[in-house]
Amino acid sequence: MSQLNESIPRPGADRTSRLPASVTRLISALLPPFTALLIAAVVGDILILSFGQSPADVFVLLIEGTWGNAYGLGQVIYKATTLTFTGLSVALALRAGLFNIGAEGQLAMGGFCAAVVGLLLPAGTPAVLAVPLCLAGAAIGGASVASVPGVLKARFGASEVIVTIMVNFITLALLNWLIATKLNVAESLHTPEIHAGAVPRLSSVVDSFAGSAANFVLVVALAAAGYAAWYLFRTRAGYDLRAVGLQPEAAEYGGVKVGRVWLRAMLLAGAMAGLGGTNYVLGYKQYYEEGFAAGAGFLGIAVALVGRNHPFGVVIAALLFATLSQGGLAVNAVVPKQMVDVLTAVVIIAVATSVPEVQRLLKSVRGGGK
Amino acid sequence: MIVLAFLVQTLRIAIPYLFAAAGGVLSERSGVIALTLEGWMLTGAFTAVIGTHYTGSPWVGLVCGVAGGVLAALLHAVACIRYRADQVVVGIAINLLAVGITRFFLRLAFDSSSNSPRVAGFDFVQTGPGGQGTGVLASLANPLVPLGVLSLVFVWWLLYRTPFGLRLRAVGEKPEAAASLGVGVNRVRWIAVLGAGALASMGGAYLALEQHQFTDSMTAGRGFIALAAVIFGKWEPKRVAVACLLFAAAETLQIQLQGLQLIPSQFVEMIPYILTIVAVAGVVGRATPPSALGKVSE
Repeated sequence: MSQLNESIPRPGADRTSRLPASVTRLISALLPPFTALLIAAVVGDILILSFGQSPADVFVLLIEGTWGNAYGLGQVIYKATTLTFTGLSVALALRAGLFNIGAEGQLAMGGFCAAVVGLLLPAGTPAVLAVPLCLAGAAIGGASVASVPGVLKARFGASEVIVTIMVNFITLALLNWLIATKLNVAESLHTPEIHAGAVPRLSSVVDSFAGSAANFVLVVALAAAGYAAWYLFRTRAGYDLRAVGLQPEAAEYGGVKVGRVWLRAMLLAGAMAGLGGTNYVLGYKQYYEEGFAAGAGFLGIAVALVGRNHPFGVVIAALLFATLSQGGLAVNAVVPKQMVDVLTAVVIIAVATSVPEVQRLLKSVRGGGK
Repeated sequence: MIVLAFLVQTLRIAIPYLFAAAGGVLSERSGVIALTLEGWMLTGAFTAVIGTHYTGSPWVGLVCGVAGGVLAALLHAVACIRYRADQVVVGIAINLLAVGITRFFLRLAFDSSSNSPRVAGFDFVQTGPGGQGTGVLASLANPLVPLGVLSLVFVWWLLYRTPFGLRLRAVGEKPEAAASLGVGVNRVRWIAVLGAGALASMGGAYLALEQHQFTDSMTAGRGFIALAAVIFGKWEPKRVAVACLLFAAAETLQIQLQGLQLIPSQFVEMIPYILTIVAVAGVVGRATPPSALGKVSE
């Protein structure tokens, strides 16, 4: 698990290094994602050829359907917004040495709570009041789901990997029950439309985005990334969090209450994933619908991995995976859109595989030592 | 009669869990996290249907199913053992890969995004029109049923009655100590992971051949229930078998009582997951994983 945390060169290693530390850091950050993209491109070629199509044509189609027109770009931005939140969620927890596989359930609960707040508020509540309340509801919803693995980890040392997986299933079953029996519009699996708290779409300002789901929750996502970067690298609490992630025992000796940091990291991660639900509920549909998360929580793991657990890296990685996801729809008429699911998985496996390999490579480049 | 029907249905539901959990125990006791059970099952289900479809023989299908599962396990082993990639990340990615790749090839082979055509199964007892069996026991006339029951017995025998099992347990608990005694740590893990892939894929093949077709994402979380059984059963084959049967019995009860609507089905679904959380939190008798689980050895 430690290999996922950004490698910080040991002080002693710098002196013997033939490459400047900044160069090795850049290589170790950039080489794995690029290798992964290359491998994914090759696998993509094979899949496209197996369907009897020309890879070049399909890739051109994929780019044209995403970055080539305003609607496609809007959809990419919309998908990247959710992925930024779930990516930040996974990255923040990983910085504390915790694996948050529960972003999927936290995302769903966040969306659900945003919808409930939006339904409870009277119609005509001014947006300045309603939107922050819905956002707070989403964050609290996500954090409350994450509190289960957080408390169990801090109190009993229970494996957060296992607990987050199990809590995902429990949360989704609970939400299914609530939607199926209590809150749905007849003959549907979604809640009624919220009375207040809707966030306008980007197309209300820029006409050419018309039809795409991109909305101003995007601003919240970017602010969340900025906050995460500030929190991690500019605050005492963030320093403690990173220290616990690198060496929990050493942090404990340094006077950090490790259990408390773990719990705080999980709550923060849950709040981030929960906020992701507002992109769909407040910005797009104005209701909660069963299954809206659709794997975006699990994709957060890929986003954090490729973004190397850095908040700004997460934003870029979110754009990459959003492009793949939207690109699948763009090429669906020619090759099955499931091709991009395969490519996404290939990227994750290739990055996870090449990160330790690149680090070993860099170690051997450094003179001296073994 | 009702009791018999209940027991038979419990066993039928338990078979895929038993197969996958046997694989889970094998893999995790060697120190490799088995988050991939779901993906291996799904791959096995798909390749089993492909094999049966093109040859008409469920036996060939079963062999293809196992081959598919072993292939998926091979990818896991290369990434996690050869290249020491993070097992949790790769495990989740392989689950995504299995969903994506089976959907892709479903479109390629059958031009459908939801299901394959009907294929043969292990039908030794002729079923009546409408697919209803002539008796509850007819559904058990399937070679995969005894194999499934025996899968955890086999893993128990392997772990506790063979030299290889001793080495495997040592590798999962104290890899350095095992290595210093000349045990090839990575070789043992390779065998364990490939074996786990083969076992889990038989669970997938059973599902697909019993339903006579492959449907999109048909394993529907069963690999994770099997993982829950492994953890709830504290990585001990006997306890894991009991956990599988317990989870299957809860499911059967829910299906049989559906008409009465005593408890919503969603709450019954939660039972395995809640029990597993209680087990890892250690409220009553803590579940402690093999100590080298998820750790790579240099």
